[in-house]
Amino acid sequence: MINPTEYLPKSYHPRVSTYWWLKRWVYLKFILREASSVFVAWTVVMTLLQVRALTRGPAEYADFQNWLRSPLVLALNTVSLFFVFFHAVTWFNLSAKAMVIRVGGKRLPNLAITGPNYAAWAFVSAAIAWILLRG
Amino acid sequence: MPNRITLEVTRYDPAHDEKPRLDSFEVPLRKEWVVLDALNYIKDHLDGSLTFRWSCRMGVCGSCGMTVNGVPKLTCATFLTDYAPGPVRVEPMKNFPVLRDLVVDTSDFLVKLEKSKPWIIRKVEKPLDEEYFQTPEQLEAYKQYSMCINCMLCYAACPVYGLDPLFSGPAAIALAQRYNMDSRDEGASERLDILSHHDGIWGCTFVGECTEVCPKNVDPAGAIQQYKLTASMEWVKALVLPRGSE
Repeated sequence: MINPTEYLPKSYHPRVSTYWWLKRWVYLKFILREASSVFVAWTVVMTLLQVRALTRGPAEYADFQNWLRSPLVLALNTVSLFFVFFHAVTWFNLSAKAMVIRVGGKRLPNLAITGPNYAAWAFVSAAIAWILLRG
Repeated sequence: MPNRITLEVTRYDPAHDEKPRLDSFEVPLRKEWVVLDALNYIKDHLDGSLTFRWSCRMGVCGSCGMTVNGVPKLTCATFLTDYAPGPVRVEPMKNFPVLRDLVVDTSDFLVKLEKSKPWIIRKVEKPLDEEYFQTPEQLEAYKQYSMCINCMLCYAACPVYGLDPLFSGPAAIALAQRYNMDSRDEGASERLDILSHHDGIWGCTFVGECTEVCPKNVDPAGAIQQYKLTASMEWVKALVLPRGSE
């Protein structure tokens, strides 16, 4: 095949800036969404440490709780909470794009797919809150 | 509403310029005018050397894609009044080599489009006097993807394509999906080998901006994610079933 660019004149090839993701809010949002995975991973690690402390008896768990109250961990977990929330919301909103469910030949609207995700999230959160807070 | 608006337009003459620059033009601001009308006004009245592509003026031909205030747009469907009082910056589509002023070299897209085999593939063709019937439901399955007008705004919006020119890109994959979903087509396995390559669907990080800028609501981002699911299922089938996914 003839290379279609072979006979074209000189052209200008712009380079993508290293900071392309700062140029538009949508790109920054994407980068934040990807970065949120780090905080999700941290939350998982912290939960595993918490379970480990719990299995090692009341003294160890009290130590763990004290560690959680330190300003640095508190600050980190506040940021993590924001990012985990952001991760969940963006994930649920995107789920409708990847899932095409047809009922009676018609594609289900986005809300019919994201809605149950949010409902399940709210239900599981409420169930955990009930278990933890019932006294 | 002011009666004039300034356009900052990219100028690049490959014979004389090392890199593009911006020229400013003042044009009438009319409520029924789109950016393309302003460019035509500049060409007719202010500077006849301004070069840009356009044809139908009604969002069908896909020729007049440019970057308007940083966002990929069909200039025939982008009203000047939305940018009043201005200035409006009109640049060539991002992620493509610039040939002159607002004209970009789209050869790379055309090569990629051909690779994704966007046509109906049949193992055995029916005789010419027989028809391929399709129900409204079967049409609905692929109709959305068939609306693509090859305007390439999705490529201009895709940072993955900008950073990795080997990436197949949104429209080529969406159009492959258009034929995969067509009940008359039997070429899905041929396309799978090309599209499940790491420069194909797996290159996509789901930024999702291709779908946002698409003027025809094709949703290439959705097509790619759905194709990832299909490719994964095929991989599992090949792993689990004794004869693969045949």
